[in-house]
Amino acid sequence: MLEGLMIGLQTAINPFNLGMVVFGCVIGTFIGMLPGLGPMSIIAIMIPIAITLGDPTAALILLSGVYYGAIFGGSTSSILLNAPGVAGTVATAFDGYPMAQKGQAGKALTIAAVSSFAGGTIGAILLMIFAPALSSVALLFHSAEYFALMVVGLSAIAAFAGSGQVGKAVMMTLLGLIMATVGEGALFPAPRFTGGIMELQSGFGFITLAMAMFALPEAMFLVMNPARSSQGGADDKSGKIENMRITRSEARAIAPVVGRQSIQGFFIGVLPGAGATIASFLGYAVERNLATKEEQADFGKGSIKGLAAPETANNAACTGSFVPLLTLGIPGSGTTAILLGALLALNVTPGPRLMVDDPQVFWAVIISMYIGNLVLLFLNLPLIPYIAKVLSIPRNYLIPFILFFTLMGAYIGQNNATELLILVAFGVIATILRFADYPLAPLLIGFILGTMLEDNFSRSMQLYQGLGFILERPMTMGLLALAAILVVLPTYRAARSRNRAKGVADGD
Amino acid sequence: MALDRWIALVFVGVCIVYGYAAFFTMDQGLPPFMQRNPVWPSTFPKILSVAGVICGMIVLLGLEKSAVEKEPSATDINYRRLGDYNTWSAVGLLALMVVYALALRPIGFIASTILFLSLGGVILGERKFHILIPVAAVATFIIWYLVQEVLGIFLRPWPFFLA
Repeated sequence: MLEGLMIGLQTAINPFNLGMVVFGCVIGTFIGMLPGLGPMSIIAIMIPIAITLGDPTAALILLSGVYYGAIFGGSTSSILLNAPGVAGTVATAFDGYPMAQKGQAGKALTIAAVSSFAGGTIGAILLMIFAPALSSVALLFHSAEYFALMVVGLSAIAAFAGSGQVGKAVMMTLLGLIMATVGEGALFPAPRFTGGIMELQSGFGFITLAMAMFALPEAMFLVMNPARSSQGGADDKSGKIENMRITRSEARAIAPVVGRQSIQGFFIGVLPGAGATIASFLGYAVERNLATKEEQADFGKGSIKGLAAPETANNAACTGSFVPLLTLGIPGSGTTAILLGALLALNVTPGPRLMVDDPQVFWAVIISMYIGNLVLLFLNLPLIPYIAKVLSIPRNYLIPFILFFTLMGAYIGQNNATELLILVAFGVIATILRFADYPLAPLLIGFILGTMLEDNFSRSMQLYQGLGFILERPMTMGLLALAAILVVLPTYRAARSRNRAKGVADGD
Repeated sequence: MALDRWIALVFVGVCIVYGYAAFFTMDQGLPPFMQRNPVWPSTFPKILSVAGVICGMIVLLGLEKSAVEKEPSATDINYRRLGDYNTWSAVGLLALMVVYALALRPIGFIASTILFLSLGGVILGERKFHILIPVAAVATFIIWYLVQEVLGIFLRPWPFFLA
């Protein structure tokens, strides 16, 4: 591990890579602050730039910086405007905005920054400990286990989509898998489902799809419902940012919260499908339950513990979500799915062999996480009052620029104007799907994992001359059973709670 | 029928067409050596199509319902209230994106981007042209310089008759 750390340190402190961390964090903070644009949209927009760097290490460092920056920026708009820039910072607004209304915006931003730093740093330490161990276990996996593991990942993502959403999420995953079969596969080089269209021979473009699924619908929703970007509104008191110091007693009060939530957030982040959003809500709920009666009354009215908990948890979860990505090659969230797509585009296949084949990528990313958290703390904290000015950019200017960067991302990726038409078509479909409350992250994850899933399935079928691999390999069977439970359990629980509610209403 | 069920219906239709191709037309040109394999190029698509039809039917028939009905917040988008939103602005921007895609090559990056950014602002209600157009022009030149000169990706700046 020490050797790996040295390799990582050497690569990460290279001036170019350091520049990428700083650039990524600053860009992520700026864009993450804009309500409506989540880390997925931001990373999707940044991918073409990262790919043109040519160096996978620098690209991943840049994109990770953007990821943390976006989460950090989302907190700022949550606190100052009660308009969370990203879903993972919704819980931050519960106590952050009331603090800002009381004239403690500076203190709230400092607590958010320090908690984020602590969560991210402890998360990176845990990643350093757990990732190599998981990698060495994963090296024992065969294609059958990989296939089963991917099915578990996809099921978990569907299961975490929310009550009553599992069917829709599975449907979206299947749509993503179906879309992945269009074009030539690795094991079957003949084109499939292209309808004779030459442009589809190599399948749908990942970047185009990512932009269409996330950036375009968000921009359309911002246009249609301006309330999305101007919810709440800062009054004179909350707009001022002064007195950013926190007292010693306040630091003592939030220290145990930060410690607990760093660990809890990290492990929630490791679970496929449960990302920063679930971690932050759960962190908030746990800390409220653990608080004393007096402290509980303060939650939702400007409690420093209520602010520190989600802020720590969401950053730790971001780091935790890198564990399945780097060690198994399986993205745990929409954001890490986009990162996986970017890595594949750069000819790097994340998985247990990443540590062996590309140690500099693996370790440099971990080291750059520390650096990224430091950058966010020391660069952004004094700059917050100035960075917050981005919130005053008129939407009449902002939205055309968001759309333009979305278009440019797809165009630069393929250098083909037809790709822009595909982007608009998919964007319209994605907007309609969002209207009907269909989750889009499972679609993208299904699309990205589709080829790998089919390759591993086909290899196992060839090796065992049929579906015998399911019965003959206990771990495969266990994982597939787990996948089935993950899909069935939330549906069963939703049905049970509905029946209970019905029983109460009927007076049973 | 609610929109989500219409979507499920379309999805089932897509899966049937996809499944038809996988079950009946895909394997026709399969070389003999591949026909002895336990797995064919159509195997995975066949599984997906069957799973897709089953899952689509579950959503279509409403067999799975939400545990708790939540009230939509002010920032949620409800398709039943499309008339209350700036829907035409969104449609206008989508049309503008299509026009941009078609115009990018013939009239070049600079002119098409300035037009896109300016008209995008106009569609959203901006009327201060003395600010809008210079902002769009300056931003376009900066982006073109960064993409072409710094990143080294060719973007034809001028119309086809000047290039």
